[in-house]
Amino acid sequence: MDTNNKDRQFLVSVSPHIRSEETTSRIMWSVSAALLPAAAMGAYFFGPKAVITICLSIITAVLTEFIYQKGMKKKNTIGDGSAFLTGLLLGLNLPATVPFYIPVVGAVVAILITKLIFGGLGYNIFNPALVGRAFLLMSFPKLMTIWMQPTAAFVKMDAVTTATPLGILKEEGMQKLLEVFGDSFNLYMQMLSGNRAGSIGETSAIALLAGAGFLFYKRYISWHIPFSFLGSAALMAWIFGGKTALFSGDPLLHIMSGGMLLGSFFMATDYVTSPAVKKGQILFGAGCGLLTMLIRLKGGYPEGVMFAILIMNCLTPMIDRGFRTKVFGSDRRTAR
Amino acid sequence: MTLGIFRGGIHPPDKKEFSKDRAISVCSAPARVVIPLSQHIGTSSKAVVKIGQPVKKGELIGAAESFVSASVHSSVSGIVSAIGEFPLASGRMALSVVIENDMQEEWAGLQDNPDYEKLSVEELREKVKQAGIVGMGGAAFPAHIKLSPPKEKPIDAVVLNGAECEPYLTADYRIMIERTSDVIAGLKVMMKMLGAVRGYIGIENNKPDAVDIMRNAVGSDNSIAVLALEVKYPQGAEKMLIKSVTGREVPPRGLPMDVGVVVHNVGTAVAVYEAARYGKPLIERVVTVTGESIKEPKNLLVKVGTLISDVIEECGGLASDTAKVISGGPMMGCALSGLDVPVTKGTSGVLAIPEQPIIHYEHFGPCIRCGRCIDVCPMGLMPSMLSIMSKKGLYEEAKEYNLFDCFECGSCTYVCPAKRPIVQLIRLAKSLVKP
Repeated sequence: MDTNNKDRQFLVSVSPHIRSEETTSRIMWSVSAALLPAAAMGAYFFGPKAVITICLSIITAVLTEFIYQKGMKKKNTIGDGSAFLTGLLLGLNLPATVPFYIPVVGAVVAILITKLIFGGLGYNIFNPALVGRAFLLMSFPKLMTIWMQPTAAFVKMDAVTTATPLGILKEEGMQKLLEVFGDSFNLYMQMLSGNRAGSIGETSAIALLAGAGFLFYKRYISWHIPFSFLGSAALMAWIFGGKTALFSGDPLLHIMSGGMLLGSFFMATDYVTSPAVKKGQILFGAGCGLLTMLIRLKGGYPEGVMFAILIMNCLTPMIDRGFRTKVFGSDRRTAR
Repeated sequence: MTLGIFRGGIHPPDKKEFSKDRAISVCSAPARVVIPLSQHIGTSSKAVVKIGQPVKKGELIGAAESFVSASVHSSVSGIVSAIGEFPLASGRMALSVVIENDMQEEWAGLQDNPDYEKLSVEELREKVKQAGIVGMGGAAFPAHIKLSPPKEKPIDAVVLNGAECEPYLTADYRIMIERTSDVIAGLKVMMKMLGAVRGYIGIENNKPDAVDIMRNAVGSDNSIAVLALEVKYPQGAEKMLIKSVTGREVPPRGLPMDVGVVVHNVGTAVAVYEAARYGKPLIERVVTVTGESIKEPKNLLVKVGTLISDVIEECGGLASDTAKVISGGPMMGCALSGLDVPVTKGTSGVLAIPEQPIIHYEHFGPCIRCGRCIDVCPMGLMPSMLSIMSKKGLYEEAKEYNLFDCFECGSCTYVCPAKRPIVQLIRLAKSLVKP
């Protein structure tokens, strides 16, 4: 018997003894990284004001969490990246024209009221960044709907304001939209690159798709929520989107405009506020798409992604209860 | 060409390279063995030897006195020096017989019967029972019970488990490579005992050479099929294996016999063959001694009752960075607090691993509801909900989420990004409520 093994102490814990390398913080930071292309395109089209807005939002979000946890003598969790991600998402969801106090107020509402007071990460019912934005839209409706014409000239500060494509579509129709952008090919190309009015991070379809591709590659998101979201919205847009007749709408235009891509790939897929069971996720996504198009086509706002996701967030606990997994070897769902 | 695929499962690094090319070698006989009288599921066997009594190798030292029990035999020849409570790998104490080895290796009643195939089913059952054979995959359920199903449960298929889905372990792989014909002979004995018309050997596809060798040995025998299975943990779990091989699903809380199947480990098949032909009791087994912290990983033929400290010594000892020593595999094995516990009939491996951030977490975060555990659970449960309910003390409510259908494979805990000790919380809940 080996004597030097006699007094050795070993770790004792319940199996399994190996773990995957995935961690909560790694996921949060990776999602933030996946948003960088969209943020970069926002900075390119909307200038330094956009960068400052995003940074203020992030700094306020992280600082709010830090101060709250310090004051409440709770464990500091800013390292998990979730506050950073919320700040980033809120920043990307704001117009570049907003005064500096707007991202600050929004980030405090998002982190303090929506997340921390409900118990912190994992316990919030609503997507924090979207509640922050909803609060701002309702409290400062004017400021939140002044859109800037993309310039791509980084130093030019005298911004020209304009309407978003969805705004033009709603108020003046498809003809006017084609007039503004020249022809439909040019319209799609500008939507793809992001050279259109809108929130900082929502305009560049190509940048958002690149980030979404990364999340799919890392398996941080699955097809269930985004594809059912986009699919049901496209279907609704095709059927009811045309001004003259049924089945004459333009689904592609609706998918690429507004916050549809940012919302479906990066916000509706938030783990905490969406269903955990795959079948439930399909219903959740389809509901998001349906509500978005209902608001866009019949509601008072030109854009409906934010409210659609928030409403579906409410239904998440019910969906999770209704779509339980099937226990192996039986027709029994988990729970009697 | 398998019939079914089970849902869920994970793909941990298989780490079999440490020991897979090491042929089975015989572990040097220890000066002393500590043989627990209860190495199986069921009632303990009763000591039939006294302190000071000389015993031969293979002599009965613990007699099974009820149906759900297994006999225990001496693995050495020598003198009984103590009978008392000694710790098992699980940390529990068990009445054990300590025998001082005289190194004579003198066998008690071992004889070759080349005509073993002519034995009746009743005679075969008696032989398996006498030999004290238990399931050698880890659960250690007495084998004669699974081989004597009630009349109302006809068995048409015997499935041999060569999946060895636990990372690191290679004992079953070496048995399939080195004792191919004995595995098949054991399978045929079992098929005869059960009146089964089909035999299957299920092997994970990361062992293609074992699949080939086994297929060649089976040859043109159409009653036995060797299946290459998807590499996915827990492929070797009984219910998952049956689903993969036969397409049948064992109902919750049901047994394989409910769908006409009996599953045995490939090592158990060899033990059944040896019992049928030679009357050899189960007194030694192949143990994989491996891991980053074992100096010379090996597949050893170890006498039951050999202390794990002796087995590790046989493999060059522990590296200085050893943090955890595990009896069994890394997914379902048992962490040891001390090394002076015996190898038993169910010990498939001894694993020593250094401390890495991925094996040890003192702090865990809140559930972020990512659903990874739900996606990987092979039983179709919602481990996230079970862990949350257990943490809050809602044990009765956890039953509504099918707490007792969990067999603790650990897939959920492996994938959890918040590093929640899900299996631990589930075990806690299970221990505090009645099923």
